Amino acid sequence: MYFSFLFTAHRVPPLQTAERKTGVQEGIERAGRKRPDGRCDQNLNIRGGLLVKMRGSKMLFEAFKREKVDKIFGIPGGAIINVYDELCNYENEIDFFLFRHEQGATHAADGYARSTGKPGVVIVTSGPGATNTVTGLATAYMDSVPLVVITGQVSTKAIGTDAFQEVDITGVSMPITKHNHLVTHIEELPQVLREAFYIATTGRPGPVLIDFPKDVQMAEGEFHYPRKVEIPGYKPTLVGHPKQIKKAMELLKTSKKPLVIAGGGVNLSNTTNLLNAFLDKFGIPVVNTLMGYGVNPKDERLYLGGIGMHGSYYGNYAVVNADLIIALGVRFSDRITGDPRRFAPNAKIVHVDVDPAEIGKNVHAEVPVVGDLRNVLEEFLKFDFETDYSEWIEELQKVKQSHPLTYEKDEKFIKPQHVIETASRYFPPDTIVAADVGQNQMWVAQFYRFRNPRSFLCSGGLGTMGYALPAGIGAKIGNPHKEVLVVAGDGGFQMNIQELMTINRYRLPVKIIVLDNNALGMVRQWQQLFFGCRYSATVLNDNPDFAKIAEDTGIKALRIQKPEEVEGAIDALAHSKEPMLIHALVDPRENVIPMVPPGGDIGQPLLSTPYDEEILRKTRGEQNG
Amino acid sequence: MSRMAEIMEHEHIVSVLVCNQPGVMRKVANLFARRGFNISSISVGEAKDPGFSRLTIVVKGDDRIIEQIEKQLYKVIEVVKVSPIDPSPENRVEREMALIKTQIDEKNKPEILQLVEIFRGKIIDVAKEGMIIEITGARSKVEAFIKLLQDTGKVIEIARTGIVAMNRWAMSR
Repeated sequence: MYFSFLFTAHRVPPLQTAERKTGVQEGIERAGRKRPDGRCDQNLNIRGGLLVKMRGSKMLFEAFKREKVDKIFGIPGGAIINVYDELCNYENEIDFFLFRHEQGATHAADGYARSTGKPGVVIVTSGPGATNTVTGLATAYMDSVPLVVITGQVSTKAIGTDAFQEVDITGVSMPITKHNHLVTHIEELPQVLREAFYIATTGRPGPVLIDFPKDVQMAEGEFHYPRKVEIPGYKPTLVGHPKQIKKAMELLKTSKKPLVIAGGGVNLSNTTNLLNAFLDKFGIPVVNTLMGYGVNPKDERLYLGGIGMHGSYYGNYAVVNADLIIALGVRFSDRITGDPRRFAPNAKIVHVDVDPAEIGKNVHAEVPVVGDLRNVLEEFLKFDFETDYSEWIEELQKVKQSHPLTYEKDEKFIKPQHVIETASRYFPPDTIVAADVGQNQMWVAQFYRFRNPRSFLCSGGLGTMGYALPAGIGAKIGNPHKEVLVVAGDGGFQMNIQELMTINRYRLPVKIIVLDNNALGMVRQWQQLFFGCRYSATVLNDNPDFAKIAEDTGIKALRIQKPEEVEGAIDALAHSKEPMLIHALVDPRENVIPMVPPGGDIGQPLLSTPYDEEILRKTRGEQNG
Repeated sequence: MSRMAEIMEHEHIVSVLVCNQPGVMRKVANLFARRGFNISSISVGEAKDPGFSRLTIVVKGDDRIIEQIEKQLYKVIEVVKVSPIDPSPENRVEREMALIKTQIDEKNKPEILQLVEIFRGKIIDVAKEGMIIEITGARSKVEAFIKLLQDTGKVIEIARTGIVAMNRWAMSR
């Protein structure tokens, strides 16, 4: 199925006025005024009657200025050297951050975007520079994070010759970007850049990649930056259908056991406060997905924590027993639903999402509402009727008390949950926490109490180990006045450990906790539970001393291994004015519970798992075993 | 259960209007592969207005899949309009063209010529040992012709365009 030659062979010539007049067409009706090549008219940007001529590399920064981009992440290289040269002329307007690996730069832009809501911008070179962003792009795509990634490319004339550091990055990144584009002519550049930011940040946000060949960087052209964007094939539906909204609220009126599931969409649309108001107004209990942390109704009893594979027992209980589920910005991933046929068996589902493709994809919705959450919640709030769900809330409180999220303390070993719980007490409430992937991530989700939107960053969809450290750096760059705490396991921390140098280079006071259980812990847990305790390739009994590595890169560090050291170390970490790392050797036997086995019924999680003492011997050797 | 969509696999035709930009075809094809949708045929050509192309895609699946295909197609930025073609043959017109290169000899020649006439095909190239036949029609007709031809003579090569289709006037209004 390689039909691309059909479309690469020719480009549409610039539009003539006569052609434009004939251009009222089927399909185009959807879009209103536009050119037959599908792009909108450019608003001429005339200064003193003269058109501004400039090189492609300069256009890039002029576009950034107009998009209010003031932080850029990246690494230079041969095919992007012209752009990096132009960067020198914008030193006063744009802060550039050099990373040690393009994956780190991309995750940092992602952390910046998730924590601030502004698009993260990355500039890398062609070939390996471009392919190194792939994991970062896929991470951002799965979690709907707005990024604009600029990759250098060999000259248009050299494309297809397997030139040095040439790679077809638009081909490679196609399924993991919201949109991508190879710029072939200087004339299209301003339009393409405007559209890149527009597409990345509107509707359901996502990463956009622009492939920028070297000759286009050097070519001169006129710079008209279009103010308005009109793309015939891109019209996000923002206003929820009034009929559907009314239907949803009528279901709420008759419901006895309603439940709101807050998803990542709540954070992305900055509607946490609206949602809190909605919950308090009608007294509806709420749970959240991994991406939806931050929801915080005034009435504490309404909040029932996370749901899904490692959700709280009472959160999942609420889903199973609810008669109405209002799902806001949720995509019903398999980690949330378990077996989709046994998910919320008693409930009618109202599904609100800005992306119509999410509705009905995994779970059937009785009342689908396509629209921006802000609009839909505002409409929900206009309704006025008396509700009384106190019996339901009472029932949930009882389950919460009988099945709390808990762990057993130990005299000899630090429990990872203890570390997280302590950090949650010591760090200020507006702290941004970047967690890695695996057990550490789940313990943060369970034991850190998030009260603010955009305060919990982690790779939810793709599950990218190595995410936390660079994402935390990006979050700190975007939020210099907030505390940023990175929590990683020993496995994931080593996947982007090189970015410790970036922290030191810019002296960013990022706080880091490495929970070291000498294992790829989550996989080890699965092996213990589902593979008869055969620990195939999961034991990391040769980990380095992370405190020493941190100190060597100029970062203050502490190594702790006794439970009584936790409090003091976290206190020091929370109050340090400098970047600081705590290397905590934690109990390697600890598992994340509750746990719903994959594809299982979320109403029936494993509530306890035995310790396998064998793990101690394998991970820590004789001295502790 | 009411949640489960009816599992009824059948063929659907979707007509997709796209902006003619580099790589669009690849994006559409990629989408079908990634989401596990099964294409039986795809055809492409310039649409009414310059700068746009129309794809006609024949795809197999149940109703839920078809709905997903439509929604996922709209997520490709260059896709302007997705128009499902009415499933019942009374409400749509569909055509496919095939070129068939076949061997002839004295024995089967009259029969092949007769078949071409019955099916209103065209002979567009003749040599001593064989000919090329053009046949146009609904896919069922094209397929019936090919089958009969294969029974009669030795078919060397077949090139088919894939289906193009439109809703009838009454439908599109």
